[in-house]
Amino acid sequence: MLIKILLIAAVLAVGATLIRGHGARRQALRRLGLILFAVLAVVSILEPDWLTWAAQKINVGRGADLLLYTLIVVFFSYVATRHVRDARTQDKITALARRVALIEAPPPRDPPGGGGVAAEERSAGERSASSGGDS
Amino acid sequence: MAAPEFDDLWVVVPVYNEAAVLRQVLDELTAVFGHICVVDDASTDGSRAIARGFAARGVRLVKHPVNLGQGAALQTGFAYVLADPLMARVVTFDSDGQHMVDDAVRLARRLADGFDVVLGSRFLGRRAVALGRAKRAVLRLAVAYTNFSVRLKLTDTHNGLRAMSRRAVAAMNLTQEGMAHATEILERIRSAHLSHAEEAVEIKYSEYSKAKGQSLLNSINVLVDLLVK
Repeated sequence: MLIKILLIAAVLAVGATLIRGHGARRQALRRLGLILFAVLAVVSILEPDWLTWAAQKINVGRGADLLLYTLIVVFFSYVATRHVRDARTQDKITALARRVALIEAPPPRDPPGGGGVAAEERSAGERSASSGGDS
Repeated sequence: MAAPEFDDLWVVVPVYNEAAVLRQVLDELTAVFGHICVVDDASTDGSRAIARGFAARGVRLVKHPVNLGQGAALQTGFAYVLADPLMARVVTFDSDGQHMVDDAVRLARRLADGFDVVLGSRFLGRRAVALGRAKRAVLRLAVAYTNFSVRLKLTDTHNGLRAMSRRAVAAMNLTQEGMAHATEILERIRSAHLSHAEEAVEIKYSEYSKAKGQSLLNSINVLVDLLVK
């Protein structure tokens, strides 16, 4: 009985933390999925036979197997979304770092009248007017 | 020093930990070209200080605050030289000493024939010096696959020596941070309808560049990068 209480508390805690995260419209779908997950999890804890019943309905056999298969699918979808998000984060870092690099760079050409190199040596770390370009 | 012929030309040199050969590379480049943009991809071996030492000879140092990859370094260089309104041509040149400055000059001059991009090829004409059999096979495979995927007909798809017109540089906008940018450049050539040609170049395969160069295993990374965007 104690394990059931612990498991239900854990599921509710995880669900509550995740549901409070902020994002766009896509978030709504994830929240629905989470609520469904939480309900199924609680039902499975209170009524473990339900899982076996559901498993047999789709010819899986044991409820534990169904749980494992679901877990595998969920894990891979997590890996996939994580990959996409990481790529997006990397793009942001690149844009940011490029901006910094261009802001800190010396101007491409010495201004007419000379003394450009010396000036550039001094301004190695400060802002210059050469931060143009795309990206 | 630098020839006035190339006052409208920028050499973009992406650098990541090449302290062992960078001085010689920049020595040779500055003897011919007056505008060189070294993009340091957060080197940790003193490459930065070497490049800074060439400031009086036309080398401009652009420093990535964190390591981003060679493709990102090239794109940063492109963004930098596009800020120079007098820039009309760009040559990309690897910093590991495998390219010849004479080849760069020939590629740059070839742009005058009306090409947007002139690509260096080690398989055109003369044979590359001391290219191992395994490496040659992998490169051939890369060439075949890349030609297929970007629908171009080239003899060498992964050569760091290229000459580009300003129009071509503006069309690049590379997003592949790592090593897949070579293919991405070709993809841009096709999608932006840039006129292009290949020019035979020699590659100096020293022990150093062989050790530094892309390993066979890394070509798998490149492939996956391109397939899974």
